[in-house]
Amino acid sequence: MTDYLIRNARILGGEPTDLLVKGGVIDRIGDGLTAEGAEIIEADGLIALPGLVDLHTHLREPGREDAETVDTGTLAAALGGFTAVHAMANTDPVADTAGVVEQVWRLGREAGHCDVFPVGAVTVGLAGERLAELGAMADSAARVRVFSDDGKCVSDAVLMRRALEYVKAFEGVVAQHAQEPRLTEDAQMNEGELSGRLGLRGWPAVAEEAIIARDCLLAAHVDSRLHVCHVSTAGSVEIVREAKNKGWPVTAEACPHHLLLTDELAATYDPIYKVNPPLRSATDVEALRVGLADGTIDVVATDHAPHPHEDKDCEWQAAAFGMLGLETALSIVQKAMVDTGLLDWAGVAERMSAKPAEIGRLAGHGRPLAAGEPANLVLYDPEVTRVVDPTETASLSRNTPYAGMELPGRVVSTFLRGKPTVLDGKPA
Amino acid sequence: MKKHLLSAGDLSRDDAELILQTAEELRSLADRPIKKLPALRGRTIVNLFFEDSTRTRISFEAAAKRLSADVINFSAKGSSLSKGESLKDTALTLEAMGADAVVVRHWASGAPHLLANAGWSRSSVINAGDGTHEHPTQALLDAFTMWRHLGDLDGRRIAIVGDVLHSRVARSNALLLRTLGAEVTLVAPPTLLPYGVDGWGVETSYDLDGVLPKTDVVMMLRVQRERMNAAFFPTVREYSRRYGLDGRRMANLQDHTIVMHPGPMIRGMELTADVADSERSVIVEQVTNGVAVRMAVLYLLLGGSEPALGGAEPFETPRPSAPQGPLAPGGEE
Amino acid sequence: MSPTHSEAHSEAPSADAAAGPQPAATGRTVLDARDVSRALTRISHEILERNRGSSDLVLLGIPTRGVHLAERVAAKISEVEGNAIPVGSLDVTMYRDDLRMRPARTLMRTDVPTEGIDGRVVVLVDDVLFSGRTIRAALDAMNDLGRPQAVRLAVLVDRGHRELPIRADFVGKNLPTSLVEKVSVHLAEFDDEDSVAISTSATDEGVAN
Repeated sequence: MTDYLIRNARILGGEPTDLLVKGGVIDRIGDGLTAEGAEIIEADGLIALPGLVDLHTHLREPGREDAETVDTGTLAAALGGFTAVHAMANTDPVADTAGVVEQVWRLGREAGHCDVFPVGAVTVGLAGERLAELGAMADSAARVRVFSDDGKCVSDAVLMRRALEYVKAFEGVVAQHAQEPRLTEDAQMNEGELSGRLGLRGWPAVAEEAIIARDCLLAAHVDSRLHVCHVSTAGSVEIVREAKNKGWPVTAEACPHHLLLTDELAATYDPIYKVNPPLRSATDVEALRVGLADGTIDVVATDHAPHPHEDKDCEWQAAAFGMLGLETALSIVQKAMVDTGLLDWAGVAERMSAKPAEIGRLAGHGRPLAAGEPANLVLYDPEVTRVVDPTETASLSRNTPYAGMELPGRVVSTFLRGKPTVLDGKPA
Repeated sequence: MKKHLLSAGDLSRDDAELILQTAEELRSLADRPIKKLPALRGRTIVNLFFEDSTRTRISFEAAAKRLSADVINFSAKGSSLSKGESLKDTALTLEAMGADAVVVRHWASGAPHLLANAGWSRSSVINAGDGTHEHPTQALLDAFTMWRHLGDLDGRRIAIVGDVLHSRVARSNALLLRTLGAEVTLVAPPTLLPYGVDGWGVETSYDLDGVLPKTDVVMMLRVQRERMNAAFFPTVREYSRRYGLDGRRMANLQDHTIVMHPGPMIRGMELTADVADSERSVIVEQVTNGVAVRMAVLYLLLGGSEPALGGAEPFETPRPSAPQGPLAPGGEE
Repeated sequence: MSPTHSEAHSEAPSADAAAGPQPAATGRTVLDARDVSRALTRISHEILERNRGSSDLVLLGIPTRGVHLAERVAAKISEVEGNAIPVGSLDVTMYRDDLRMRPARTLMRTDVPTEGIDGRVVVLVDDVLFSGRTIRAALDAMNDLGRPQAVRLAVLVDRGHRELPIRADFVGKNLPTSLVEKVSVHLAEFDDEDSVAISTSATDEGVAN
């Protein structure tokens, strides 16, 4: 394996220093390092972060390979600075057995762009009726620790209680997609003044908040970990904050698009902006940013949701929910949080690497950039700006809401256990 | 110049008055021996109806034919499961056929918007009703009917009663009547008023009896019985008791007050027979006016080298302007 | 709801002086108020003479100013004959041959008297006769309204430059003009006073008509 000498990188935004990557680990960090036979990577002006870990990605394989495959999705992840992604279970067949999760895990290893940690479904077929074989998935080669019916809500209170209890046996965590189904039947966009004007059925904030409140209480009651997916409303942030203040075992994630975009975009009727949970109001965006800054929201997760062209090139009601997110995540976080002074790069490393790895109980990821640690890292240039071109993506799909938008920063290189997956912004 | 008519909110006061004046001139066509004007000779207008609606389609067809346009009727039954492929492919086909204008009715809110902006065709798009969003020509013919009976609509009080939540007619009327200076009150049970309706610039009331004596126009909306099953109201009986217009309530109206309904109406639900057949009811006249108003719209959009609407900015912009964050979204240009 | 709304009507020669009320004309006045009155009186008598009385007569003015002229002529005829003459207006906008060359124009009032035009002698009345296209449009419009026994044309001013084989039966004043000149007709009902003036316009509006 090639050794790499990374010169003048600013670790977590600090002073420039050198890193020597040798044998898959960070061998040494210091100024003016030399190393014979090592390839030199000039990182002048670049920020060095630990490899990003995504707790929420849709790789679509098996079943929807027209939208994305494990190969293309993980390449997009690497280009976004990720060294590990959790692949959600709403595939076809659903990832509710050891067999399917092992298949996805294996595909990830074969592709080699980043580590894939499959998420196991909570209920069989995501039907919300009976528990899937969570233990078998935990014991499988994929070593599943995160369980989620994402896409659907585990709305039955008894089932949610049982799932929370059951996963304690193997240090698992239930990641809930909080959406009361009866309050959101055929919902299309955030319920607000705009939804009434546009004639699009509303998705009220209370449908998210009511489930989160219930689940926090359940998690506390049975003393098990709850992770709340894609928090989108100010009210939800409040509830999570309260739960944490009480010391309850709750963690929460927010998606980049909820940190930047608002429901006003739906006025165009362009379904590129259709997502679940929906884009909300400016007040909600503000509350999420504050919550992410103060740690109420523990992590940024992309909810990368690729869709083929025909699922978005139609009228709003007929379109699929979801947006791409892997390749733009870090830039959006820079724009919404770093450039606004709400979070520094150390905070970004915490929210996008250390904490997600901790929640997923990942051994080799989210580690600090220090000698002896696995060389999972990303070099990022915060100074450049680029205009997002939807055709320039490793993903098979094109549904990015940022097309034509100027975003700061770009991922220059990504290293997975000492091997570059991305060099100079291109697949290595 | 506005090439499309997608929303009543797009019309400035000047635009709206121009349409009404033009409709007034065209209305007299119905009394002539030859009910035809050559203004749209050689233009092709397509009626693209994804939802059943014989009345509106016939009204547009009559309007187009009286202006000597060629009319093509395209009726596509799309279920809510079928994707917009049919919309896009249909639009591409119409473009290939050389349609000058497409009159579209669709079950999805925003479908005409998509047709106008997706770049699939260059035709003028006229919204004949999209989901629960808008029905601008209905609002125009309603305003025309009111104007013919009451004159200038400045300061007039209009009550719109019924299932406002699911009504595109209510939305378009609320926007247009405000533009024309009228005061609108929406009357419905709380479950049938949209969330955020306070931002529409209209009054709301749950009490029909309190509102009726002060109004100049009462517009009754359709209410579907099935809404009862989704718990919007407990029974048909309770609904019509509290929000139906019957003879007793009609007697409390001022002498000049007219009763309107966009049709089709359910006798006994929102209106009783004696109200529907009374002299106050202008429901049948609304239909006649519909043809004249649609003729006016077609003429102003297609009769010259370019549309005659959209010279001035609307005095209020009901839609939000540039979004936060990203640039103007794709699809507009 | 007045015709001031339609500035698009302005290129018709009968509205050389645009559709709105105009201040006193510049250029030279060729007819003052008394000339106009005398011309209309003479036209009224000529119509009666030619028609051998007022039976079956209908006057249709072409908006805007043609309508006021038609009403004045109808009043004068009624004075002489002692009975009312049906008078109305005929908007020709939809029948113009240049409809597609400009944005869609505002429609004017068409008001056909209750007696109709079938079998009657219709006298079209307009202020200025120029290329003849407006009158041709009026003939097409009347075709869809009925079948007159005869159609005659009365104009206040004939300025020449016909582009179609159309001629006036009754003319207030023959006014040879060059194409760069503009004929402005003002009527008291609408403008400040009655007058007809010729001026040289910088741009050639409405030459085609």
